[in-house]
Amino acid sequence: MTTSLQGGINRMMEQIDGPIATFFSSCVHCGLCADACLFYTETQNPKYTPIHKLEPMRRLWQQEFTFWGKLMSRLGLSKPVTDAELAAWEPLVYDSCTMCGRCSLACPVGNDIVYMVRKMREGMVVSGHAPDDIKGATQRAIELGGPMGITFATLQAHIKHAEKETGLTIPVDQIGADYMMVLSSAEIADFSEIIPAVTRIFDHAKVSWTFASDGFEGTNSGMQLGSSDLAAELVGRLVKAAERLKVKYVISPECGHAYTALRWEGPNLIGRPYPFKVVHIIELLDELRAAGRLRTEGMDDTRLTFHDPCQMVRRGGVVEQPRKLLKQVASNFVEMPNPGVQNWCCGGGGGVSAIERAEPLRQVAFKRKKSQLDAINVNTIVTSCSNCRNVLQDGLEHYHMPQQVVGLTELIAEHLAEKK
Amino acid sequence: MNPQELLLWVRGTGLQLATAVCVLGMTYRLLHLALLGRKKNLAEARGSEWGPGLRTMWRRSFVLPELSARGKFTVVAGYTFHFGFFITLLFLSQHIAMLRAVLGFGWPALPHSAIEIAAILTLAAMIALLVHRYMDPVKRMLSGFEDYLTWLLTFLPLLSGFMLLHGIGPAYTQMLTLHLLSVELLLIAIPFTKLAHMLTTFSARWYNGAFAGYKGVKA
Amino acid sequence: MKDHDTLEHRLTQQGISRRSFLKFCTAMASLMALPPGTAPAIAAALAQAKRPSVIWLSFQECTGCTESLTRSHSPTLESLIFDMISLDYHHTLQAASGFAAEKSREDAMKDFYGKYLLLVDGSIPTKDNGIYSTIAGRTNLDLLQEAAKGAAAIVAVGSCAAFGGLPMAKPNPTGAAPVSDLIKDKPIINISGCPPIPSVITGVLAHYLTFGELPALDELGRPKAFYGETIHDRCYRRPFYDQGKFAKTFDDEGARNGWCLYELGCKGPTTHNACATTKWNGGAGFPIEAGHGCLGCSEPNFWDAGSFYTPLAAPTSNIGAIAGAAALAGAAAAVALSAADRAKKKSLQQTHEKLTVKDISN
Repeated sequence: MTTSLQGGINRMMEQIDGPIATFFSSCVHCGLCADACLFYTETQNPKYTPIHKLEPMRRLWQQEFTFWGKLMSRLGLSKPVTDAELAAWEPLVYDSCTMCGRCSLACPVGNDIVYMVRKMREGMVVSGHAPDDIKGATQRAIELGGPMGITFATLQAHIKHAEKETGLTIPVDQIGADYMMVLSSAEIADFSEIIPAVTRIFDHAKVSWTFASDGFEGTNSGMQLGSSDLAAELVGRLVKAAERLKVKYVISPECGHAYTALRWEGPNLIGRPYPFKVVHIIELLDELRAAGRLRTEGMDDTRLTFHDPCQMVRRGGVVEQPRKLLKQVASNFVEMPNPGVQNWCCGGGGGVSAIERAEPLRQVAFKRKKSQLDAINVNTIVTSCSNCRNVLQDGLEHYHMPQQVVGLTELIAEHLAEKK
Repeated sequence: MNPQELLLWVRGTGLQLATAVCVLGMTYRLLHLALLGRKKNLAEARGSEWGPGLRTMWRRSFVLPELSARGKFTVVAGYTFHFGFFITLLFLSQHIAMLRAVLGFGWPALPHSAIEIAAILTLAAMIALLVHRYMDPVKRMLSGFEDYLTWLLTFLPLLSGFMLLHGIGPAYTQMLTLHLLSVELLLIAIPFTKLAHMLTTFSARWYNGAFAGYKGVKA
Repeated sequence: MKDHDTLEHRLTQQGISRRSFLKFCTAMASLMALPPGTAPAIAAALAQAKRPSVIWLSFQECTGCTESLTRSHSPTLESLIFDMISLDYHHTLQAASGFAAEKSREDAMKDFYGKYLLLVDGSIPTKDNGIYSTIAGRTNLDLLQEAAKGAAAIVAVGSCAAFGGLPMAKPNPTGAAPVSDLIKDKPIINISGCPPIPSVITGVLAHYLTFGELPALDELGRPKAFYGETIHDRCYRRPFYDQGKFAKTFDDEGARNGWCLYELGCKGPTTHNACATTKWNGGAGFPIEAGHGCLGCSEPNFWDAGSFYTPLAAPTSNIGAIAGAAALAGAAAAVALSAADRAKKKSLQQTHEKLTVKDISN
């Protein structure tokens, strides 16, 4: 198929379901969602009001799914959605929405706005109005195996290095293992410490696990792009690998959107339930901790906080686990203002960090995180999403802030108790 | 038509017409929304849908996230208007007499002085919200003809009712006719405008809570 | 030489003092809300007024209006003033009957053509050529049209003549109509009420005799002096309405305390009449003082304005049934139209072309 306005409109209409129609029916234009969006709070520009980002889709709903709207459009009294309009909306739907879902919690009438943004992107990409950077990342993911163009050979190099470092064997393609470990591209490229860290933890806790050579990368830029067709292809690889290796669990990496793609969207993308379960690495670590299989020693007394990745808390329901783990190894843990489900996004989720032209806006939006950090005066920020980690580091550097960003899994690995 | 015939029409046929349009339209809308349906979620659930959905229907009325000054204004004036409107609607003795005639049962009324305060606060809050809608950049951008029309249609019954109760303006017969006509216009507008949120908001909240609940998010 | 047919002369003959006559004139002036200074003018005009000929026609009526008039507190000047007019035809009050009675009517119409006053009580049946009410073999419609031709003005006494009243109530089997629907070329004054207040009738006649023209009328043809305010405006229970204190039943505490009767169906707020000020039976009282709400009898359609005992705020027709039917219709529409919408989506899903990596390649 080729991208076209009509194609995009048809794709958007395909997406309009009961919930979306209900949400649009309920909006009273109160503007409270603006206060929940860091792109609005930090710029004070009304165009970043979350519900406004959906205006073309709202009109489509009105014209195609309401009695009055149908009547009006038949009479030629309504404004049709144009290509120019969708082009103008591209920066609103992609550059200034991290799909953090904070607006969905703020809306007094109960509209799940980010649910609609996700669906609107389906139409945007088919209409040809998606950012080139996310398109490129998706293309690389499909053609090469990862959005950053990382191949299994790269991972293999890291595996060898980690095996040398830990003195342990890292299982690859081991049929019948309990857990299949998936990583994010950012972890492989920037935070490869995660590989020896999980190796040591799993050895410590006696977890049967494996990497898969044909399914090791969990980032799903197809989902960020908003194309279920492409996202299904990417998630399909992991499903295929997991089924080939007959694992019981697939471990989602420290990456928020990978978790959403794998845990919540995956079965719906491929159109069938998984024959395995998906757990976030943090969920698994907390289960091991609760079962007494994860023993740590020593306490880190650095003043540190935890940055909640949106897709883990607000859109994923993993809130208490990282705190329980942190309290086991850190004696000076403080919460940010509005922790948990109400936490503010780092500003780079939902594909935003991949869009180069969005960088200046993203740094402005980071002021929200900066003010949260300024309020608590910590030395270290712990998080459990490699994309948040990258964006936080970027922002800290941009604003000349001294804090250090650490992955939770690595922090735990550092405190593993010595073997008896 | 003489004034009495006009009054009789708005108390009879007019009210029947308006009720019919409102009930038909809202039944249509709610059922249509439900029947549009959604795809079955194939991801393994961590929590449930119904409990959190129902809880959100109620709890979202009280969620006050971190708000800016403009947000706080919207919430305070918005709540004043909604509460005041429903107190006036449901607890003025004349309204209860009307509802008793339709429903077959009634409830105790609030003293007129309390209704008076509620009505004045509601009118003031509505005027403030109108000014804010026009002044605030976000709301102004979001607002169209419908937003101002629905404001007017909500304001008129309140204003005419207040005038009726205080003997301001035309004679009682004419004022009662105007009051009932304004109510009928409001009833007719409900299914065609954002006023439908008075019922659809509960479905919207249910979906919102159910989606979160399914994933085990305690929102 | 004095005119022996003037009112003053006849009053003197009957032993009515000038003092009582002036008192009457003052009372009339205040009743019609005229400035106090006008009382002597009324007296002067009335004193010199000649007895006009009056023809009183009764159609579909209950004689309540006549009863109201004759039972007015007697003896009063109100009744005496009727001696001062020449009531040439009134089939309840006249002594004559049969051909003699009809002849006196015909004579009056001929002798005073263009000058006589025509008083009408009762509505006029118009259906089936007006056959539902006849006098001396002639239909009411016929009699009215004949008598109206030579009348100087017509006074419609009571709600039936003024607005159709009870005979016109649904389903109006006789096609009853008020005078004003049938006669368009004569001045008509409506003195509505079921029955009307006697002093309002005499007041209007006094005004006519004094000024030689009809008083100022409201949009329904009623003299503003008596119908300018509502019962509610002047009701002694009004403070309770303002406070929201309502009797819920006819024998509850509120009723005993004299609270407002709104919720018991009082139509005072929408009823224009002078009951609350003039009162009835020589000032003894009016219905609300007896503990019963106003029925709204001086307003058009008062028989069809819902139950006398449902409050003004209540609908006058069945809302529940219509709402039920509308809900069913809405549900049916939703089922049909959502099927169409789902079919539209389904066809889009069936023709869904997969987005491939080629489509997003730069």
